Amino acid sequence: MTLAEILTSLFPDGHEVRVADGLISGHGPFGDGTLAVIGVDGNTPLGIEGACALAGHVLAVVRAGGDTPILVLVDSDSQRMSRRDELLGLNEYLAHLAKVLLLADAGGHPTVGLVYGHTAAGAFIATALATRVLAALPGAHPSVMDLPSVARVTKLPLETLQEMAKSTSVFAPGLDNMVQAGAVHAVLDPAQPLAPQIARLIAETPPGDGRDVLGRDRGGRQQAHAVAARVMREAAGH
Amino acid sequence: MEKLSFRHKTTRPLAGTQAQAITGVVASGNLEVLLERNLAADTCVVEIDTAINGYGDVWEAVVADFVARRQPGGLRITINDGGARPDTVALRLLQGARLMEAV
Amino acid sequence: MDLKPVSLSADPQVQSWYEASARARLAGLLDAGSFAEFIGPEQRVMSPHLPLFDLPRAFDDGMVVGRGALDGRPILAAAQEGRFMGGAFGEIHGAKLVGLLRAALAETPAAVLILFDTGGVRLQEANAGETAIAEIMRAIAQVRAAGIPVIGLIGGRAGCYGGGGLIAGTCARLVVSEGGRISVSGPEVIETNRGAEEFDSRDRALVWRTMGGKHRRLLGGADAFVDDTIAAFRAAALAQIDRAPAFDLATLEAEQARLEARLDRFGDTRDATEIWGRLGINDPAAVPGLTTRDFDAVLAGLPEAPHDAR
Repeated sequence: MTLAEILTSLFPDGHEVRVADGLISGHGPFGDGTLAVIGVDGNTPLGIEGACALAGHVLAVVRAGGDTPILVLVDSDSQRMSRRDELLGLNEYLAHLAKVLLLADAGGHPTVGLVYGHTAAGAFIATALATRVLAALPGAHPSVMDLPSVARVTKLPLETLQEMAKSTSVFAPGLDNMVQAGAVHAVLDPAQPLAPQIARLIAETPPGDGRDVLGRDRGGRQQAHAVAARVMREAAGH
Repeated sequence: MEKLSFRHKTTRPLAGTQAQAITGVVASGNLEVLLERNLAADTCVVEIDTAINGYGDVWEAVVADFVARRQPGGLRITINDGGARPDTVALRLLQGARLMEAV
Repeated sequence: MDLKPVSLSADPQVQSWYEASARARLAGLLDAGSFAEFIGPEQRVMSPHLPLFDLPRAFDDGMVVGRGALDGRPILAAAQEGRFMGGAFGEIHGAKLVGLLRAALAETPAAVLILFDTGGVRLQEANAGETAIAEIMRAIAQVRAAGIPVIGLIGGRAGCYGGGGLIAGTCARLVVSEGGRISVSGPEVIETNRGAEEFDSRDRALVWRTMGGKHRRLLGGADAFVDDTIAAFRAAALAQIDRAPAFDLATLEAEQARLEARLDRFGDTRDATEIWGRLGINDPAAVPGLTTRDFDAVLAGLPEAPHDAR
């Protein structure tokens, strides 16, 4: 689905969501209240200005009080890779965006991510992965790094990696593999109205972080939850 | 990757009371050695997971030399090897034995 | 940068943090003999994925976690081993830190210390590593919201890159040394994607003044700059525990303001030396060569202290 189609499905009665320089912000009617929307469109890389602007929108929602949920729509590139972004502290800007989303969720503004295109690496962590519940639309392509780049770094032939990717989800890019890892909670049905699907996700997802349990149950991260639980047991002296 | 295992009889147990020790890091040209005091006092077992295949006879010689010099009875020694040279392996084994000898 | 020669001394007063292993850093950082590890190496909880790539595993998967004391105060600590797989986050590696942070909510230590040494996500288990980083950031937010400071210590050979840089940005306080580089995209990644004209990764001086400890301290991206010794990191960690900001709207509003101000003030600069000059440093070119003592003196003489809401 395109961003316009998503917004039409979400807000059949109209909305105040705008896109400028690849950044999405605004709001629309949602149930008896409002749904705040931020995001990245058009495979845009997320740099220092973008992260700062999006964080500002989130803080405005938190400052206004209430319980307005926040939807994070993502079709981004990875983080913007440049000398200037790193010189000015890109890690702080991306972490700040993630932190304000985490603060909003903990403060009663349920956060929902929706990946409808690409996203990768640091941009993925700072946006979609910083929400309480992350959904995707069919055709979305979240990744950490594309296979040709993985081949360069691991010094393995691309053909070998492509063959391995068929049986092993843990390193391979793509939506199915992120679902198996527990990073993506649910894939929405584009043929049905999105608003009720989003509302149901918010209602059915408790505030805690259940991604490692999902990863275990779906087979993409079979040990993470057990290892974290084991650390907690040993820390408690059992 | 290649797995190797060597079992030796020793004339005495290794001195000291440490139950376990670890030394080294798995990296290119380096290795980690985990030592545990949980075998019969006249037995030493060395198990190796190495990144470089085909050097079984070199490992056999290095381990045999270490056992002959230190008589590490009672120790199970487990190694994760990132491709260390024999002299580095020998050094780490001796470091590990010294850590286990602490009281 | 000038690194001290490898110190063979076991005395943490002089032992190089950069050269030390994760275990040696923990041993010297915490009160003598106080560290007790969770899931120790004898439990052999190793990566289930590396054998697929024919790569050697480590007994601790490059992450050492446990409890200890800092000047008598109970703390939880995690240390990455930067020499194993570049300190990168894999499934086990990441889950150990997730577990430690979740344990902090129940154990309420005086602080959680994270000794970063990482290139980011371990590509051989990328999806598990990426998701673990998101879980860690969420857990840090919860721990901080519960009033427990999470303090990052950065001075290892792998630096603090990729998702590690984002986790560092989530911490309440950061201590860095000269060797502590913090960034998202590393020099090689930028050069590979954008060319050597954008970033020449072999220009070490450029790397250090763009991502290194002094620049991060001057810019407000870190809270203390220390010598490359374990003792210096210990003293700084101890000093930062009681200075950690709360994790609340006021702190993040202040961080928003400081990050916006940074864009306004330095957004048109090309090099760190321009930023240092605008901060009021008379001889920016001399900054990389300053000792810690002289650097702190320069810092104290600036018209305004670096902002520190994070």
